[in-house]
Amino acid sequence: MIGYIFKRILATVPVMGVVALFVFLMLRLSPGDPAAVIAGDYATAEDIIRIREQLGLNEPIFVQFVTWIGSLAQGDLGISIFTNLPVTTLIAQRLEPTISLTITTLLFTIVVAVPLGTLAAWKSGSLIDRFVMLFSVGGFSIPVFVLGYILIYFLSMELRWLPVQGYKSIFDGVGPFLRHMILPTMTLSVIFIALVSRMTRASVMEVLQEDYIRTARAKGQSEFKVLLRHALRNAAVPIVTVIGLGIALLIGGVVVTESVYNIPGLGRLVLDAVLKRDYPIIQGLILMFSFVYILINLLIDLSYCFFDPRIRY
Amino acid sequence: MSRENMNASDHPVLTVRGLTVRLPEDADRDFAVEDVSFEVGPGEIVCVVGESGSGKSVTAHTVMGLIPRKDLTPVAGEVMLQGEELLTKSETELRSLRGERMAMIFQEPMTALNPVMKVGDQIAEMLEIHSSMSAQARNDRVLEVMRDVSLPEPEQLFHSFPHQLSGGQRQRIMIAMALALEPGLLIADEPTTALDVTTQAQILELVKDIQRRHGTGVMFITHDFGVVAEIADRVIVMQHGKVVEQGTADDVIGKPQHPYTKMLMASVPSLTPPVREAVDRERPALSARNLNKTYGSGGWFKRGREVHAAQNVELVVHRGETLGVVGESGSGKSTVARCIVRLIDPTAGEIMIAGNNIAGLGEKALRPYRRDVQIVFQDPYRSLNPRRTVGQSIVEGPMNFGLSKEDALVRARDLMNVVGLSSDALERFPHQFSGGQRQRICIARALAMEPKVLIADEAVSALDVSVQAQVLELLDDVRKRFDLAMLFITHDLRVAAQVCDRIMVMQRGLVVEQGPTAQVYASPSHDYTRSLLAAAPGRHTTFGAAPAAG
Amino acid sequence: MTDTPTSSDKAAKLISAPSASDPHLLVLILRHRSIFWGGILLCVMVVIAIFGPFFTVDPIALNPINRLKVPSGANWFGTDYLGRDTFARVIYGARVSLVVGLAVSLFAVSLGLVIGMVSGYIRVLDAVVMRVMDGLMSIPGILLAIALISLSGATLMTVVIAIAIPELPRVVRLVRSVVLSVREEPYVEAAIASGTKLPLILFRHILPNTIAPLIVLATYICGSAMLTESILGFIGAGIPPEIPSWGNIMSEGRTYFQLSPWIIFYPGIALAVTVLAVNVVGDGLRDTLDPRIARKM
Repeated sequence: MIGYIFKRILATVPVMGVVALFVFLMLRLSPGDPAAVIAGDYATAEDIIRIREQLGLNEPIFVQFVTWIGSLAQGDLGISIFTNLPVTTLIAQRLEPTISLTITTLLFTIVVAVPLGTLAAWKSGSLIDRFVMLFSVGGFSIPVFVLGYILIYFLSMELRWLPVQGYKSIFDGVGPFLRHMILPTMTLSVIFIALVSRMTRASVMEVLQEDYIRTARAKGQSEFKVLLRHALRNAAVPIVTVIGLGIALLIGGVVVTESVYNIPGLGRLVLDAVLKRDYPIIQGLILMFSFVYILINLLIDLSYCFFDPRIRY
Repeated sequence: MSRENMNASDHPVLTVRGLTVRLPEDADRDFAVEDVSFEVGPGEIVCVVGESGSGKSVTAHTVMGLIPRKDLTPVAGEVMLQGEELLTKSETELRSLRGERMAMIFQEPMTALNPVMKVGDQIAEMLEIHSSMSAQARNDRVLEVMRDVSLPEPEQLFHSFPHQLSGGQRQRIMIAMALALEPGLLIADEPTTALDVTTQAQILELVKDIQRRHGTGVMFITHDFGVVAEIADRVIVMQHGKVVEQGTADDVIGKPQHPYTKMLMASVPSLTPPVREAVDRERPALSARNLNKTYGSGGWFKRGREVHAAQNVELVVHRGETLGVVGESGSGKSTVARCIVRLIDPTAGEIMIAGNNIAGLGEKALRPYRRDVQIVFQDPYRSLNPRRTVGQSIVEGPMNFGLSKEDALVRARDLMNVVGLSSDALERFPHQFSGGQRQRICIARALAMEPKVLIADEAVSALDVSVQAQVLELLDDVRKRFDLAMLFITHDLRVAAQVCDRIMVMQRGLVVEQGPTAQVYASPSHDYTRSLLAAAPGRHTTFGAAPAAG
Repeated sequence: MTDTPTSSDKAAKLISAPSASDPHLLVLILRHRSIFWGGILLCVMVVIAIFGPFFTVDPIALNPINRLKVPSGANWFGTDYLGRDTFARVIYGARVSLVVGLAVSLFAVSLGLVIGMVSGYIRVLDAVVMRVMDGLMSIPGILLAIALISLSGATLMTVVIAIAIPELPRVVRLVRSVVLSVREEPYVEAAIASGTKLPLILFRHILPNTIAPLIVLATYICGSAMLTESILGFIGAGIPPEIPSWGNIMSEGRTYFQLSPWIIFYPGIALAVTVLAVNVVGDGLRDTLDPRIARKM
């Protein structure tokens, strides 16, 4: 078991390396002068020269990479062009709303999607199954921001049930926090629920074909317990896996959702950086999101031990 | 602790009368089972035998109420469990009977147990569903039944997961689970088919023992007449959903009445090797010296565990001769075959084909020798590319070696006749053929290469016994006709007895015994060979009147 | 036939006995309800995209007097903040969306097919390729696309490439998993044993097995590419604003949302309907072509 954990942790190193290399090369291999790209549209010639020296772009590419990885290892993601602040500082300022939104979305998704998918698998071919599949294909088809605006239009503007936009920190009171979180969470959850419920359905359906389900039924076990104790537990690994892989989807959705609801999180940071062409921020956020993604999926890999005793070796 | 008095022994545990189950409309026949009637008395083992598609499994699942009713509908007849009609019961009523009064064990003990649940808990679940025992009482009872089925150290095994147990232990767990509530009826659906022959013998012994001690009525489904001879009190023979014959085991096996039963009995290969023509032992076609295959699971942190799949294997096969390689799963017999065909690379040793060592040749240098060694696999459904016609599959090999398409097709047509198929089969796709026919096609494909050596890797193991006899006959026929050296890999001692000139017995990667077939069967020299032969089911029985095919 | 089916439901096995004649695959596909309706919907969108712009007013003609008009007989979908006709712009935007969807799926699938086949068959390359794909997969697709576009400038071509690259790992993994499972099949081993050369084995025995799952995956990629394009457009990192695309129409409508929500709703609905049609066809194809591939996506 220790060996397994160690092996999994070690296996993330090359992946992180590939991500770093990719991000590093993206700037250097892109057409045009990277210093000019970083300096942005309104930079003067001196600015460009300054940036070139600041980033060491005159050094051989190998030296550049080593220096860059070195500073990366010390937690240095570079300096924002426009604000002249370290990217890490900017990220730290914007972290809380994004984390809140991600957690509420994950919780809401799991609570809704897993039972829904299980029910659909159990009653496969029934009306409820068709509804779940329809919801799922619909969820994959509607752009996140369109959904967001539709919800705002009806729930906030027409019915005036919920605030249109904005964010209140959980530290300023749970009530306002939740009121501001409901719409963004629903918006961001739809595609995620579509993904997870679909995988739950497929996975549970497959498990229901297994011999041990027949054994459980031959024992006289009730259908509810067959589902809960035998089917869902065995179907867990693919479901948990897809939740982990779906984090990538979630991160994409966060950028858009935060922009729709005017939430001052990392998504907004990306957006502002795109508009101002502040490349160090984009690069820093890509690295951070990728490493978070890799770590979450590492944790999920490790959770397999809990779900499936066969993995303990 | 006999229960004989609880069910008066003249009342059957299970009565099936006129049972008819309809198949959905698009199936190839109307009824899965039709007008099936039989009884299982307390303390009696009734074997239901038949080939695939005979309806034996549907019958068993109908009794248990485990068939999908919308696809398979019982339309007539009755099923009485200890005097209670089952077909009219609701799902909830059936549920309370399942496990409590009738229990079932299945073919694959690995997949029939929940892989993520401790085996002890799985047995305890049975008690939890049907009784109000305390947790402590449940655990005590679980340990008791585990002891009853002779599982070693039940206290430790209780906390094991299925993958940590051997196949035999898993089936014992299934049996313990089924027996936990002392049901009157035990349905066993091919419970030993997936097990090795020595394990099978132990499980059969256990089932007999339980039926004796508990007075359980057993409905035992199998396709293996050896098993029938070993265990049955009475036998029911099914074909195409109908019962064609039933009677006591001695009557059905010794004096079959129905032509189908007679044919089946005649197809069961005998364990006594027939007298075979002497082979000219001056023309070796294939030899292996010191052949080794080691799989290493090299880890970074602990020393890699090495698996010696084959160790120092020595063999010679002459033209016109069949060498049988027998052994249980994990013995390394298939590894040897795959090394010789060079589907895997041997770790060490020599493989001599026509005087050349091909063991270490690279793919390019190997190509000319590929045509000399051909192989027929076990699974007829996966051995042919489903997207290509039979003809395309057969001509592929010869065309690789420069034969024109026309010539290759002429050869393919001739070979279709040799294997007993009509030549218009060449234009058709594999899914249009039965398993036995596909295996004939695979043999034709191998022969199209004009090989010197033909390897049959469990080539008849997946086939029904009647088809098996025909394919065996064909293999023996082509060996003679084309003067082939044949390497015949099998786990089935009956089959090996019929077609092999010499036998090589393998165990855990090692060759433990080698010799002329008659000698190995009559006076085995190694303990393992002796235990294999002792475990062969039905070894004291003669099937039907006619001698077996061969 | 076989008497020892190892897998689960014997009863279910028995009832799936082959029927007398299998209808042709194409007939099966067309007979599938969701493929039929999704296909019709998709055809309508394609026709609109190709011929629609010939019948509308100029989608980029400014008309400052007519700013932010509500939908009416003259301007069916109203006008935007520059007085441009939203209906004409939405019709024209269909072109961009469909072209991006099609181009991305073609590009990702063909490149991924090659990489996946090579990686599945050449052990030495496999480890490297899979690490690169793992890395690529852990970079959130939209961010990767944003970075690529902001470095190389937004044109139709760069947008297509930037959306396609994050989709690559899915294709490569699918192809590779098919290759790895098919090469263990006895019929492939039989072909090896009869001296068939590697390129022929790949082409003749392995490639055909990848086609059905790839077609299904291609439709999903097409749908998700259209969504990604709209998101990129929406956040201002997509197709340049001179070309009306559904994404940038909506992006420009954001500021005026409370005043004229239709500027976002109409292109949003058009996009959702188109992607829905594509996804529905994809689901139908998946069900018909092979239910087993469902799990791999």
